[in-house]
Amino acid sequence: MKDSAENDGSLKLIVYSIAGLMALAMLSMAIGKYFVSPSSILSVLLSGITGDTSGIDPIQSTVIWNVRLPRVAAGLLIGASLAAAGATYQGLFRNPLVSPDILGVSAGASLGAVLAIFLEMPVPVIQASSFCGGLLAVGAVYGVGAAVRNRDPVLTLVLAGVAIGAVVGAGISLIKILADPYDQLPAITYWLLGSLTAVTRGDVGSILPAVLIGFVPLILLRWRMNVMTLGDEEAQTLGVDTRLTRSVLIAGATLITAASVSIAGIVGWIGLVIPHIARLLVGPDFRKLLPASIMLGGAYMLIVDTLARSIARIEIPLGILTAVVGAPFFLWLLASGRKGWS
Amino acid sequence: MLKLLGAVSIAFLTVFAGMAVARPFKDAGGRTVEIPNHVSRVLTAGPPAAVLTYVLAPEKLTGWVQEPTKEQKEFLMPSVRDLPTYGRLTGQGGTANMEAVLAAKPDIIIDVGTVNDTYISLADKVQQQTGIPYILIDGSFAKTPETLRLVGDLLGVSARAGELATYAETTLKTLNEGIAKVPEAERPKVYYGRGPEGLETGLAGSINLEILGAVGATNVAAAAGKGGLTNVSLEQILGWNPQVILAASPKFAQAAKSDPLWANIAAVKAGQVYPTPSTPFGWFDSPPGVNRLIGVRWLEALLYPKAFAVDLKADVKQFFKLFYQVELTDAQLDTLLKGATPKS
Repeated sequence: MKDSAENDGSLKLIVYSIAGLMALAMLSMAIGKYFVSPSSILSVLLSGITGDTSGIDPIQSTVIWNVRLPRVAAGLLIGASLAAAGATYQGLFRNPLVSPDILGVSAGASLGAVLAIFLEMPVPVIQASSFCGGLLAVGAVYGVGAAVRNRDPVLTLVLAGVAIGAVVGAGISLIKILADPYDQLPAITYWLLGSLTAVTRGDVGSILPAVLIGFVPLILLRWRMNVMTLGDEEAQTLGVDTRLTRSVLIAGATLITAASVSIAGIVGWIGLVIPHIARLLVGPDFRKLLPASIMLGGAYMLIVDTLARSIARIEIPLGILTAVVGAPFFLWLLASGRKGWS
Repeated sequence: MLKLLGAVSIAFLTVFAGMAVARPFKDAGGRTVEIPNHVSRVLTAGPPAAVLTYVLAPEKLTGWVQEPTKEQKEFLMPSVRDLPTYGRLTGQGGTANMEAVLAAKPDIIIDVGTVNDTYISLADKVQQQTGIPYILIDGSFAKTPETLRLVGDLLGVSARAGELATYAETTLKTLNEGIAKVPEAERPKVYYGRGPEGLETGLAGSINLEILGAVGATNVAAAAGKGGLTNVSLEQILGWNPQVILAASPKFAQAAKSDPLWANIAAVKAGQVYPTPSTPFGWFDSPPGVNRLIGVRWLEALLYPKAFAVDLKADVKQFFKLFYQVELTDAQLDTLLKGATPKS
């Protein structure tokens, strides 16, 4: 009885959050450097659906369909992905300081992208190389973790992540030194700071399958995730195959992070802080934490990206804004929050 | 009746559209881009393109990639000093805001520089996203005259482009003929130091030192290998013992002259330490654009005073008048060349 009432409550909450997110997305669609009146936005959107383009300003249509819509979609998708991945990693490693970078996915993706920029590759190859780089780095870390059998598996993974992250970081620095200071170095720097300025609908479409596949284990295993946070021994007593569960969850979280980073560059902070904020709001139960992180992550990224493209004449890299906007808010929540870590 | 009206209006629209949309243009990336016959607003993707557009057709420049500083503005035409800043379109991400770019309503976007697959696909992407023709232009120094003519035709300012291209050709021809007469032994070994400490330099093949190679001088740092910018140690510089030091920052030029650690280097002993003039655009390297033409004259006067009869002050005045369309006063000329010429 109590359970179903609680379920009704969370269902309501989810419906409200989705409605709020939609409203936020509409608001974001209306904000930008190129002024388009709200009624024009609606008619431009309608014309895209009906195919009737009479009386539509082509530039307004470009702004809405080719610039704002892809950015709003990418912002929601990437924010949700990074926050969900962060919540998963933090639960798996039972550590509040963990972010999606812990196993080297961001570092690997950076190296992949930076290498492709250095080798003068076309943009789709840069994105693919970044995606593969992220997966490879985590694969390497996991490989080391699997090879070392007689130690605490979680600790081994974390330490292997630190070591491989350092090597990958050295590779990035080396390429930065070798890169052409006029053409390549700015491209590398901006990539490492993260931005959605050049995101197209094609980009969003290209990462969507990987993100959806990655989310499957996170959603299906949300109850087991709770058990995993108790620690390996207790989880095993409860009949959970910790090794298998952990690898499947890591694979899912890594897949969505690598896909996000491949088109947005490195957007730090979201994966670390949004899960905390979600935890302060709904508590540590992963069944609630995951949807809360997804919603908050999407909303947060949307707000930050809207600021990035509207507060100054030039674009502000996302990596800068996520930290500047997020840190004070997080500290305030920390000081006034009710629910704890466990 | 309604049908007829419709047909007429469609015919009218087609003719109208035919006038607006115009000729195909093959850019340096091998892309064929439809560009309007009459280009009146140009958005530049990076600094070299901004300089090129400014010298050819300042009235068509919609804005800057980086806001010019007060010192730079003094040497620019008043009409362009306060143009808006749009940021850099180059690279994935970049700092340019796509909506601001669209709001500027440019007829074309021009990018000048290295042309490779990254830039080709980026140009395609931006063009597809914005619907604005995006043109890549090869920015290598040796091709300066061709680049001026090509972009001049594109912007509909062929006459002015011809004038500037002729100047560039004369400069390169004078340079190459003059250099040919200078024996290998008389070509100085040069160190180019960047950064406040002057310990950053360019390796062999670095685009920053392109015109040093063009004037036939030896870049001592080429001994350290091929590549772009790099950091070196004072020990290496002592070992290379350059005869001339060019300093990107006046602070470093000052430091090199007074620091006892640098005192034993041949260039310092001979008083051959010069800051590279950098106003309104770099004379020596940044940005790597047509702005470097005057740097060639400056280096001829500096490195080969015997082989070249350069009247530097007259040349600088002429270049600024021709390219930047500003009349230099003697006081401005002295500011520009402060410390950058041998004391006579």
